[in-house]
Amino acid sequence: MKEKTLVADIDRAFYDFRYDEDEKNFLESGITPEIIREISAEKGDPEWMTEFRLHSLDVYNRLKMPQWGPDISGLDMDRIVAYIRPQKRMQSDWNSVPDDIKETFEKLGIPQAERESLAGVGAQYDSELVYHNVRREVAESGVVYTDLESAMHDERYAELIRSHFMKLVPPTDHKFAALHGAVWSGGSFVYVPAGVHLEIPLQSYFRLNAKGAGQFEHTLIIVEENAYLHFIEGCSAPKYYEASLHAGCVELYVGKNATLRYSTIENWSKNMYNLNTKRAAVEEGGKVEWVSGSFGSHVSYLYPMSILNGRGARAEFTGITFAGEGQNLDTGAKIVHNAPETSSYMNTRSISKSGGISTFRSSVVISENAVGSKSAVSCESLMLDSVSRSDTIPSMVIKTDKADVGHEARIGRISDEAVFYLMSRGLDENSAKALIVSGFAENVSKELPLEYAAEMNNLINIEMKGSIG
Amino acid sequence: MSELLKITALKVAAEEKEILHGVDLAISAGETHVIMGPNGAGKSTLGAAIMGSPEYTVTGGSIVFDGADITSETPDKRAKHGIFLSFQNPTEIPGITLSSFLRSAYEQVTGEHIKLFAFRKKLQEAMDVLQMDKAYADRELNVGFSGGEKKKAEILQLLVLRPELAILDETDSGLDVDAVKTVSAGIKAYKEQTGGSLLIITHNTKILEALNVDKTHIIADGRIAAEGGAELIDEVTANGFDKFI
Repeated sequence: MKEKTLVADIDRAFYDFRYDEDEKNFLESGITPEIIREISAEKGDPEWMTEFRLHSLDVYNRLKMPQWGPDISGLDMDRIVAYIRPQKRMQSDWNSVPDDIKETFEKLGIPQAERESLAGVGAQYDSELVYHNVRREVAESGVVYTDLESAMHDERYAELIRSHFMKLVPPTDHKFAALHGAVWSGGSFVYVPAGVHLEIPLQSYFRLNAKGAGQFEHTLIIVEENAYLHFIEGCSAPKYYEASLHAGCVELYVGKNATLRYSTIENWSKNMYNLNTKRAAVEEGGKVEWVSGSFGSHVSYLYPMSILNGRGARAEFTGITFAGEGQNLDTGAKIVHNAPETSSYMNTRSISKSGGISTFRSSVVISENAVGSKSAVSCESLMLDSVSRSDTIPSMVIKTDKADVGHEARIGRISDEAVFYLMSRGLDENSAKALIVSGFAENVSKELPLEYAAEMNNLINIEMKGSIG
Repeated sequence: MSELLKITALKVAAEEKEILHGVDLAISAGETHVIMGPNGAGKSTLGAAIMGSPEYTVTGGSIVFDGADITSETPDKRAKHGIFLSFQNPTEIPGITLSSFLRSAYEQVTGEHIKLFAFRKKLQEAMDVLQMDKAYADRELNVGFSGGEKKKAEILQLLVLRPELAILDETDSGLDVDAVKTVSAGIKAYKEQTGGSLLIITHNTKILEALNVDKTHIIADGRIAAEGGAELIDEVTANGFDKFI
């Protein structure tokens, strides 16, 4: 049988529209103290934030580029535009959003999703949020969903932000965390008060339209005791030949007996370097559920981390990565068990085709005091042809003998036998392979919030002939 | 009667090694043929080669089905012509339910769209013939099925897809007495409902009891060693293959 793969690449044409940017809105490229001060002034930062940015820049200049993962030498930091002035301040009325931006999000189906299935929506275009809105009943329950900038200037939240911002992911964590601390802009602040169960999700959508730019949004979510939140994050960008950079940061604080489900669909274009940092701290009896779909970008480094700080805290990570031609996606998850009777479960699938590289890294740390903890990791990889690559790099550090830890990894190629079996029932080679791939991904893809975000339907366009299901 | 399948001087190799050394076989529409022979004689190879398995290479001869030369057609094209192979070891396909898979297979071989409700009804009728628990429809294709369940699922596909020629590769092997009865009933139902042809590769005569066998072929060492009617089956049952080797 031919070694050729006929499963279609993810159809990204849908995302590939763009609008011309007025370049006078671009700050100069590169990262210098002058540029940082300019961003800070532009945004009207409080003084502590200006200092925080400058301090982060110092750290950034001291730290080295990571050497242990995919090559990022194509990323010229002197050419990345860190900040693009918004055309207009953030709006909470959709009609007031500038037309080209409005059209962008309408094409992506965001307003429709908001009407149909979301409790609140935030939309970021390049560096700043252009739209933010929550349903009235949600706001009345005390839930806060706004951009970080507004919250920082609101005396009700200013202290909360100062005491949580980049405390889970300090700028010293790694070079791109430091960069983020220096140039961050946009993102979301979500606060769910104790006991509030938000049944319908909130969604933020990040769109990087400008070429050669960086997007550095910061998401800070605090879910108090006994509360529940499902937060969805979607990202996309049109394709340019210049490298773009996404170095966002997500910090999640999950209170006692609270649950936070955080779903991400990343579909950056293939010129994007996606160097994103996500971390959650979970208190006693609380739970964080990560659902992560990584489809886009040229290079990704993405390993959401859960720190289980309270007794009985839990973390679940469900992820799927699809690396096609020219993509090197290095993804995974980290779990730190820092208290007794904590538990974690990681379940991932990765697919590589047409020379794509997908690497799965898992890290489980069980500290001395995490007595009676449990962790299970299961990862499976599927390579669709002989030119693609898949690696699994597990790491486990277990400091108590009173823990139960399991790891299961499977790497395989699509089996000729299975393809023949399906073809013998009338499916052509293309459809047979597509069926095997979607079956392989099913376990994980059913967790993705398909029913919420309208643009999701266009994410995996594996050409299925005949109707499946 | 017109010839449905005509195999002429067929030579088949697996990884350079020739397994079939020139086989001739013709099946007319509506006939039931049986292939018997010792282990390793090439019986399953013949079935797989007719279906177009990528494991084997045809190095000589031809396969003509319904007047069309299908020797180098892909398996899906052969399925669309009306050939079906019941696998000895059906592959497990995780994440896809038996029902959704079979519905898309049905649409492929018939070229018609079928509404879910109409399909489920059709599927249910076939499952009733095989006394299958309807929960199987929503289980992942062959995943975790026992040997007997896998064979029943193959016959289920046969009943739904209604091919013109069904090749059954040791469908009875590893089945207990009750399961053989159920599977036989399924094969009989296929025959009655469609009037299709059968090519049954078997070691066991139990599965043949409910069927009228038109012709028996004994394969030994990659060649047809003997041919005859149903009486040949009794001879093999009584005396084994020694005289054909």
